[in-house]
Amino acid sequence: MNISNIIDQQTLDALIKFGINVLIIILKIAVVLGIGLLHVAYATYFERKVIGHMQVRLGPMRVGPHGLLQPIADGIKLFFKEDVIPAQADKVAFFLAPVIFMASAMVNLSVIPFTSGFVIANINVGLLFVFAMAGIGVYGIFIAGWASNSKYAFIGGLRSAAQVISYEIAMGLSLVGVMIMAGSLNLTDIVEAQEKSVFGIFAIPQIIGFVVFTIAAVAETNRTPFDLPEAESELVAGYFTEYSGFRFALFFLGEYIAMFIMASLAAVCFLGGWTLPWYVLKVLPFLKYVPGIVWFLLKVYVFIFFYYWIRATVPRYRYDQLMAIGWKILIPIALANILVTGLVKILL
Amino acid sequence: MIQKEAEKIFETRELNVNMGPQHPATHGVLRLVLDIDGETIVKVTPYVGYLHRGIEKLGESLSYFQALPLTDRMDYVSAMSNNIGYCVAVEKLYGIEAPERAKFIRTIVGEMSRIANHLLWLATHALDIGAMTVFLYCFREREWILDLYEMICGARLTVTYPRVGGVRNDVPQEFLDSLWKFTDEFPSRILEYETLIDQNRIWLLRTKGIGVISAEEAVSWGMTGPTLRGSGVTYDIRKHMPYDAYDKVEFDVPIGTEGDTYDRYRCRMLEMRQSNNIIRQCIEKLPTGPVMADAPKFTLQPKDAMMPITHPTKEVAYFIEEKACKGCGMCMRACPAKAIFGEKKKPHKIDQALCLQCATCFVTCKFKSMKIVPGGKGLSDEKLAELATAPVPEEITKAAEYLVRQFDFVKKGPRAPEGELYVATEVPKGELGFYFVSDGSGKPYRMRLRAPSFIHAGCLPRLCVGHLVADVIAAIGTIDIVLGECDR
Repeated sequence: MNISNIIDQQTLDALIKFGINVLIIILKIAVVLGIGLLHVAYATYFERKVIGHMQVRLGPMRVGPHGLLQPIADGIKLFFKEDVIPAQADKVAFFLAPVIFMASAMVNLSVIPFTSGFVIANINVGLLFVFAMAGIGVYGIFIAGWASNSKYAFIGGLRSAAQVISYEIAMGLSLVGVMIMAGSLNLTDIVEAQEKSVFGIFAIPQIIGFVVFTIAAVAETNRTPFDLPEAESELVAGYFTEYSGFRFALFFLGEYIAMFIMASLAAVCFLGGWTLPWYVLKVLPFLKYVPGIVWFLLKVYVFIFFYYWIRATVPRYRYDQLMAIGWKILIPIALANILVTGLVKILL
Repeated sequence: MIQKEAEKIFETRELNVNMGPQHPATHGVLRLVLDIDGETIVKVTPYVGYLHRGIEKLGESLSYFQALPLTDRMDYVSAMSNNIGYCVAVEKLYGIEAPERAKFIRTIVGEMSRIANHLLWLATHALDIGAMTVFLYCFREREWILDLYEMICGARLTVTYPRVGGVRNDVPQEFLDSLWKFTDEFPSRILEYETLIDQNRIWLLRTKGIGVISAEEAVSWGMTGPTLRGSGVTYDIRKHMPYDAYDKVEFDVPIGTEGDTYDRYRCRMLEMRQSNNIIRQCIEKLPTGPVMADAPKFTLQPKDAMMPITHPTKEVAYFIEEKACKGCGMCMRACPAKAIFGEKKKPHKIDQALCLQCATCFVTCKFKSMKIVPGGKGLSDEKLAELATAPVPEEITKAAEYLVRQFDFVKKGPRAPEGELYVATEVPKGELGFYFVSDGSGKPYRMRLRAPSFIHAGCLPRLCVGHLVADVIAAIGTIDIVLGECDR
């Protein structure tokens, strides 16, 4: 029996087209995943080198030239380490927590537009999706803290849940200004709106939102000076105190990917993503031949460098002080910013 | 009724957290049991003793000289100060005094140790509060000081450089030059640390108003050192009961006003600057002369006195005079090389091929049958017997006499007068006191240490209750404890 007897030519074409689309998406996912994982490995190297030089030392130097193979050695070590599970731990939850944490961080990579047209899922609610996933990530932390049956992990988990939830509000509000200006929640649209805008990037008119976002992003990813959930000096390692080996690596991976996501969000929403402001292109027209992905990554890494810089410079906040900053300073400022942006939008 | 039952079901209790003895921020093996209500501390119970090594008891079975290295292991962060404290105490017990130069050198190394200690304190305190870079900056300078230690005594941590009656050896000129360079550089380095934290908003938030203790209370809790001075009490043993060369240098005693963590931090930062000044003054005023007290009864004399016998180029041989030897076998048992043989009650012989020239037999023999033959190494017994009859040069006799005395000295220890004595010195952490009860023998009947860390650890509940969990870490940092000293 011939296949054309069952389905006509039109349907076949559509099917082939669909198959090719799926293949392209799978290819894109593979590329993004590969880059994502490699990024994490070398983000740790980058961090150790940057902080090392800030602290008048060299950072990793032993494995490979200038310690370039150190992240790989670390990965191998973590992979072959014994996986210790506390005797009284809630096993199912204990196994699930790092997976939830990592997955919710990684899924965000699908909505980030790396360059013009290169995005795995060009959905209309990209920004909301990122927030939603960050919210789910809290479950990973909280379950890890609960399941470990350790008091340090428990306190770390509680702190983290409280912190991420309160800072998510500030972060969400800080981005409302951007949404108003771009008139969209789609990340690609936001970048394109910036390209067309007078200032070229939203960081200039939305400077308040940008500052609030930067602070909230640091808190959201549990980095110094807001690294209370894993405050080494008091809670040993916070919610992942009891994790070792590859499960620990998953948390580690999730944290660095979350950092990358936050940096990408900053690049996309405030710094113009893969585009350059028109005035820069007017002065230096040859820059338009540089591929957009270069600008995107440059902006992301500048932001990540900023993370590291903070870590090497400032002490850690106390829990109540952190909450006070979030609720008493950042949220009111972000709200005022929305009000002003909305008024300007209506009046102009 | 229903409400009561509900209360029973939803009963709230404080969370009981066991912090330590293995914990990254308890500075060793301090164990704190915290009762926390949410994040607020309700109760703190410190448990100490995980690093107890019985230094006080060990001191009773060692002569005053042998117990000196134990003091290094107490506050291993500032071993020099501990050594000095012990030496000052024993000197007072013996009634001897170190020569001027030794006093100045001890003041120098004591202040170096204060700087090294405060640097480690600042490093860990800042790290506990989250400022990581300060940690590495401080270690850079501490490393310099440890290198300087190495120049004068070869050790970096457990130095045992000061001795009862002076110091072990004179300092080399390169040491003084390098130290002078350090004192030139150090104030700018302190500024570097202060740039990072001194006016940092987060640092101020974390330290101001935390662990406040009033002057009266601090005194009644027995606090000493910068921990007390932060509350505004001017109590510094260096100033009020000077020992070593502290009465010959000028320095201020910085005090705080509020008695909180920030004031104690400021006190220590200012103290580092004062220590730097003291070192500079001492180098400028450093007198010449011996570094060991001239009291042969109480102090070990320089090893040069033994050189004629012990130096490897003076090829001496030991020979047993047949007439004098009673064949008691003491030397045979004492010989580490098993080079002496012979039957009981008959003259013994030394196998020259095995002999190490260690002179153990010489100091063991009670019948003076052992003879030293200069330049007799490798000769036959007959030749040695012939040479042994010749008169021995005076330097050899003197060295031999000294050797016997030193042997006796180390074995039994010089006798201390009977009585009790408490001597305190200002170590970086506070008042370190040594209390000796002497029964007139070469060993203390009782040795007791007043360790500032122990007393400060006891104040922790007072400083922590009512604050948050993170403040416990700041409180542990601010009282500057080392568990080696606390547990002794």
